[in-house]
Amino acid sequence: MSVLLAAENIGKRFGGVQALKNVSLTIREKEIYGLIGPNGAGKTTFFNVLTGLYAKDVGEVHFAGQTLELGSPHRVAAAGIARTFQNIRLFGNMTALENVMVGRHVRTKAGVFGAILRTASQREEEAAIHRRAEELLRYVGIAHRAGDLARHLSYGDQRRLEIARALATEPKLLALDEPAAGMNATETAALRQLIEGLRNDGLTVLLIEHDVKLVMGLCDRVAVLDYGEKIAEDVPEVVQRDPKVIEAYLGTSAH
Amino acid sequence: MRKICLPRWLGMTLIVVALLALPLVLTQVGTAWVRIANLAILFIFLSLGLNIVVGMAGLLDLGYVAFYAVGAYTWALLASPHFGVHLPFWIILPIGALLACIAGAVLGAPTLRLRGDYLAIVTLGFGEIVRIFMNNLSSPFNITNGPKGITRIDSFSVGDMDFRSTDTLLGIDFTGPTKYYYVLLLLLLFVIVVNLRLQKSRIGRAWVAIREDEIAAKAAGINTRNIKLLAFAMGASFGGIAGGMFAAMQGFVSPESFVLHESIMILAMVVLGGMGNVWGVIAGALLLSFVPEFLRYTVEPAQMALFGHLLIEPEVLRMLIFGVALVLTMRFRPAGLWPESRHKREMGEMNEERG
Repeated sequence: MSVLLAAENIGKRFGGVQALKNVSLTIREKEIYGLIGPNGAGKTTFFNVLTGLYAKDVGEVHFAGQTLELGSPHRVAAAGIARTFQNIRLFGNMTALENVMVGRHVRTKAGVFGAILRTASQREEEAAIHRRAEELLRYVGIAHRAGDLARHLSYGDQRRLEIARALATEPKLLALDEPAAGMNATETAALRQLIEGLRNDGLTVLLIEHDVKLVMGLCDRVAVLDYGEKIAEDVPEVVQRDPKVIEAYLGTSAH
Repeated sequence: MRKICLPRWLGMTLIVVALLALPLVLTQVGTAWVRIANLAILFIFLSLGLNIVVGMAGLLDLGYVAFYAVGAYTWALLASPHFGVHLPFWIILPIGALLACIAGAVLGAPTLRLRGDYLAIVTLGFGEIVRIFMNNLSSPFNITNGPKGITRIDSFSVGDMDFRSTDTLLGIDFTGPTKYYYVLLLLLLFVIVVNLRLQKSRIGRAWVAIREDEIAAKAAGINTRNIKLLAFAMGASFGGIAGGMFAAMQGFVSPESFVLHESIMILAMVVLGGMGNVWGVIAGALLLSFVPEFLRYTVEPAQMALFGHLLIEPEVLRMLIFGVALVLTMRFRPAGLWPESRHKREMGEMNEERG
């Protein structure tokens, strides 16, 4: 499998805290790649650097044959990386459908004059946006909530809606930040199915997760961060037995 | 379906007829009322422009009157003896809109990182800067004529028809203000269509997305910098058109007309009517322009009749009632009198939950 994303020596410092230290990792096409680590290990920071919300200090990210312009989220989205957030960030006072329609922004181009004059191409594009958004809501299984305000959706549905909005940007890589956080067993199982379905449909998934069971069962490969450094990267079976990983999670073994 | 469609069509016709007949009826009451109606339309213009910035994109702008000033001075300078330039309206109005647009972008650019209160403070300062500029740009080169303002501004004219004089058509007298009313109504129709269409477009959705959650909007691929600048520029251009018409109608502009009070008034119209909803904003603008005028004409006679002498100055009472009305609205209808449909749906659900 060819490499889709290669992060090289990413470093990020917040004041006196080195949140990321020379993190390098490669994600291959069509794999589910897990990023785990104890609280404060730098997983979300890595995510934010990767998706352009934070400016990195050093390092480079190569993605699908080009070097990503980090520090500019809309360009990252245009390049084909979509993300969700650990604490769901939806457009609360927009309907579920509108939320997904916003996701189409980066793949469409009608401007002010198109909208004012209602040109044929603008109307066509608008109809296509609408159709695609409905499809995606159906895909994640919340088509029946299309007309409801995003903030009135249940927690699990909000997670799904966020994924649908991310998918609307036509990503090559979908980055999910703790999608199972706060979900019960049934919801987690459904989420797992959804993620597997995404991969089967040809998407590459980067998954940050606390739920180790979910990560180990779902991911093809896993990287472990601890204190901003990558301490392991391999298939789940190997990572699970890595002494450094065990130490990071459980502390030094007691005698 | 037919049963629903027919009355609606009929209702629209009635509204159109009423709007067309309004100035003729008002003229019978007094030409002053037609002028008030015209000013009300100008305020609808302004609040619809501000609605793009505040209501849709969620950027609190307290200096909106600056763009009104830019439009008004553009007309004043390009169609008055001050510079001896007399350009026709179809050149000046677009120039005014464009200059206001540029002013909007100039204000927008340095404030992109600011939100809420901080943005409000900067925009408030911007409004004052523009007014003070108008006040002082009289030396060494006399551009704006300073606090004395610019007088004898050309009125709106199409071909040979001057909008200052009265014309008679089919035995009906069309006074100057009445003619202005029709022009403003036409422009208003244009502005409403533009607003409604923008609201339901890719750009409009991006504005609302930024209002709702800027970080999520960025992550969803929206270039928030450009889209915010666009909101400032679009909103400002409406202010520019309104300003041009204001100058033409009044025949006189001075910095006095563009004080902070006006900005706050326009903002109050947007908030009272219902942020984000075009019809709500129109209702808010109508209410806040007509009620004070109505009070102005009724408070004094009412007091004279009741007490035989004037107890409270009309101006004081006007502001008092105004304040109470605003407080009551915020208490009982916090999303405005006629909120955006999504907000309304929410309110409905809340009531259901309670009941």
